[in-house]
Amino acid sequence: MSRRARWVVFWLGGLGVAVLFVLAVLRLPEFGGLVHPYRDLSVPAAMGRSSPNVVSSINFDQRALDTLGEETILLGSVVGAAALLRPSKDEKEQLAKEEGRVLEATKLLGYLLLPVTLILGADVVTHGHLTPGGGFQGGVVLATGLHLLYVAGSYRMLRRLRPVSWYEMAEAAGAGAFVVLGFVGLFLAGSFLANVLPWGTLGDLFSSGSVFALNVAVGAEVTSGVVVLLARFLAQALSVREVK
Amino acid sequence: MNLLPYLVAGWLLLIGCFGVVRSRDLIHTVVCVAIAQSGTYVLLLGIGFQRGASAPVQGAPGAVVDPVVQALTLTDIVVSATVTALLLALVIQISKRAGTVDPDELDELRG
Amino acid sequence: MDPSWLPPLGIAIPLAGACVVLALAKFVPRLVVDIVAMVTAVVAVGAMSMLLAFTAAGRVVTWVGGWTPDHGVGIVLAADPIGAGFALLACVLTACALIYTWRYFDDAEAHVHVLILLFMAGMVGFSLTADLFDLFVFLELMSATAYALTGHKIEEPRSVQGGFTFGVVTSLGAYFSLAGIGILYARTGQLGMPQIGTALAGHGMDALVLAALVLVLTGLLVKAAVVPFHFWLADAHAVAPTPVCVLFSGVMAPLGLYGVLRVTTTVFGGVLPAASAHGTFVVLGIATAVVGAVLCLMQRHLKRMLAYSTIAHLGLFLIAMATLTASGVAGAVVYVFGHAGVKGALFLMVGVLLARKGNVDEFALFCEGRDERLTKWLLPLGALALAGLPPFGTGLGKAISEESTESVALTALFVLVSAATGGAVLRASLRIHFGLGPPPDDTDRDTTKGEGEEQEGRFPNRVPATMVAAIAVLLTGGLLVGVVPQVAEAMGVGAQRFLDRNGFIAQAMHGVAAAPVGGIETAWTWSGVALGLLSAVLAVAIGFVGVHFGLGRLRGALKAPLHVVHRLHSGHVGDYAAWLVLGMTAVGALFVIT
Repeated sequence: MSRRARWVVFWLGGLGVAVLFVLAVLRLPEFGGLVHPYRDLSVPAAMGRSSPNVVSSINFDQRALDTLGEETILLGSVVGAAALLRPSKDEKEQLAKEEGRVLEATKLLGYLLLPVTLILGADVVTHGHLTPGGGFQGGVVLATGLHLLYVAGSYRMLRRLRPVSWYEMAEAAGAGAFVVLGFVGLFLAGSFLANVLPWGTLGDLFSSGSVFALNVAVGAEVTSGVVVLLARFLAQALSVREVK
Repeated sequence: MNLLPYLVAGWLLLIGCFGVVRSRDLIHTVVCVAIAQSGTYVLLLGIGFQRGASAPVQGAPGAVVDPVVQALTLTDIVVSATVTALLLALVIQISKRAGTVDPDELDELRG
Repeated sequence: MDPSWLPPLGIAIPLAGACVVLALAKFVPRLVVDIVAMVTAVVAVGAMSMLLAFTAAGRVVTWVGGWTPDHGVGIVLAADPIGAGFALLACVLTACALIYTWRYFDDAEAHVHVLILLFMAGMVGFSLTADLFDLFVFLELMSATAYALTGHKIEEPRSVQGGFTFGVVTSLGAYFSLAGIGILYARTGQLGMPQIGTALAGHGMDALVLAALVLVLTGLLVKAAVVPFHFWLADAHAVAPTPVCVLFSGVMAPLGLYGVLRVTTTVFGGVLPAASAHGTFVVLGIATAVVGAVLCLMQRHLKRMLAYSTIAHLGLFLIAMATLTASGVAGAVVYVFGHAGVKGALFLMVGVLLARKGNVDEFALFCEGRDERLTKWLLPLGALALAGLPPFGTGLGKAISEESTESVALTALFVLVSAATGGAVLRASLRIHFGLGPPPDDTDRDTTKGEGEEQEGRFPNRVPATMVAAIAVLLTGGLLVGVVPQVAEAMGVGAQRFLDRNGFIAQAMHGVAAAPVGGIETAWTWSGVALGLLSAVLAVAIGFVGVHFGLGRLRGALKAPLHVVHRLHSGHVGDYAAWLVLGMTAVGALFVIT
């Protein structure tokens, strides 16, 4: 279609959708109102299982199947992106001989921040059931933290200290651990993904049963998944070359 | 009477589509898809909001906002991040194979 | 074993298999990867067969994680014979695709196996869930893995472009669905389908419910490739690796329709007047069937031809489902099952041609297939089965569907559309394998040619036994759906359960055992056989006329309108997004005026 025709089609449709949406919004409950029926059920349910971070309780206990699906989407996308970014038949990985220079200040800051970021990430993962955060958030911090090696050091150093195939295995292990915990619930409590570990004392590190374990599994999967993903994109930018 | 957050959500959804329709660059298209998705975050979080309530972590004083929509939004964010990664990977390959990222110049699939 | 274990197992088994394959991939030979993937698929087939058997007595309801309905939170899975049937279909087709993949990709890495297994998990979850947000999650899981599989042949510009377009359009649709789920959540404070359905029924119909309905349906209609949300399908099917096309055409797109029907009946059934749903879906179905059939006849790229034939059939399924009667739904489901076998076999045969000739262009392959012993006879047979030749399952499904519409005009549409799709494939086969007609000439520039496709596998001497086996299994499966009466009978029971909204809610929420239902008439009738034969005869006529079509005056007369239709399918992602938005408005307007 010509740009003009596309434009007309979009405007006709967009106007209709906008009218429909506004009419619907006029009938929505008032913004900021007091009525939240699902909240009134899920907050007590979380408290009963020593999981003060209610969002984590919903993600890893009350609606754990959603999160299993979500982590599977992540796994599938990482594997898919890795497959799409593989070197094609006429390409090969080749490292450039010369790498750019890194400012001393950047190096210093990077190496200082590296351990701090990794500890922070681990903290966010392991306290997901207690405080805001969790496996996904912490995993992203861990994976990006690792790439300070690239920012402060060099691509060669990153490649040496970050063997991608290990991370692919760790990703499979993290996702697999989620499924295995699901099976454990099925065999011990008769229900897939049932919370079977002891709930412990509210506020302890080892409390809230499976929520803690699932958080760690997801943390491992997300860390390694994001590392693999970034590795593929970095390789496309830095080392995949066409060979004649 | 405050509908603004909901209207912003609808606006983001539609303006994302608008961007995809008008796009001259596939990277821009991918970003527009992410914008459309951010409309759903605004909608979900807006629905769960309660005036004066605090974050859904125990120990907070008084009522808390709806944690369910936050959990849904988290899932939604993961979906967005992964779909964006996949689409960008495809754009890298399109630019290598077709030599362009302008959708107007891609004419391999027709009829 | 407790039957309520089976639905989560259907999701967990492929995930576990995918993790094992991914962990082992770097260390073990290709054969081990193939075996692990195959075993996983076969185990899943077993589990879903057991589930289907259990559903005969009633729905199998599972509250995941031990959250029972009195908690008020948690996710519920509910399998009825139709949901379990779709899950089983997904597993069987995956197994066939994996057999075929065994020797198919030259450079196949374990990535393909992992993605296919995750895709299967997504389809099973989508079929079995009774939670609306969970439905969205599994929809996205199906989509994300499907984009990656579509673009897998990265050396081809078409392949990555098709994958990209597919990704953008499906994602936009899914986000509109999520917005609809959000609006429903604001109204009802619930995410489960039975809970939302109960809460909505108390409120009554208004603009909010209409908007939510249109928004939620958008993502599903995109998946189901209903006009005008259909554009991505042909682009994606034409470029995806052939075994993946089997899954896309056979089960992924029909699952979109399954989702449409599930949402319309269970969630909105209490507020939406049946006449309104019926009118809207019939109009959409007619448009889809006609557009698909016309474009199918116009293709020379064989995989695109099959893709448009899928669109045409999806339109027919939608018309049958739109009756919202047990016989219509049962007919549509039997039709889907039969179609999955036949269409899967046709795709794989085209894959064999691609592997041997490096080409899927009807014109370029003219006379090239005279010595192909396998496809020479099976491809025309598949084409006739596609048209609805008795006793194939396509014929039975078509016959039950036609009778359920109780309309002469719609019955004529079923006959013509199925004959057109079968005729197009037959025409291609007559040219390729028998060299009939004048050598086709090349005139329309706005058509995708089938040359320049990357050759998948290289088998100059003979076709590997695994590929032949996969084709045989699929074609036989398509035949058995029509021959074994228990299949249609089970779906007759399933359709009644599916439409029994109150029974569904009572069983999912309160554990009320399902009331026994009687069978409905699903056996072959004389009129059904006659109409099936008529379609097959028409298909033969279309095939033979089509072979000589290069000379006719008709072609000159139709050139201008056909050109416009061609130009609308531009492969441009912006066009497709514009049509998506217009389609939403159209669906909303249809619900209002019908």
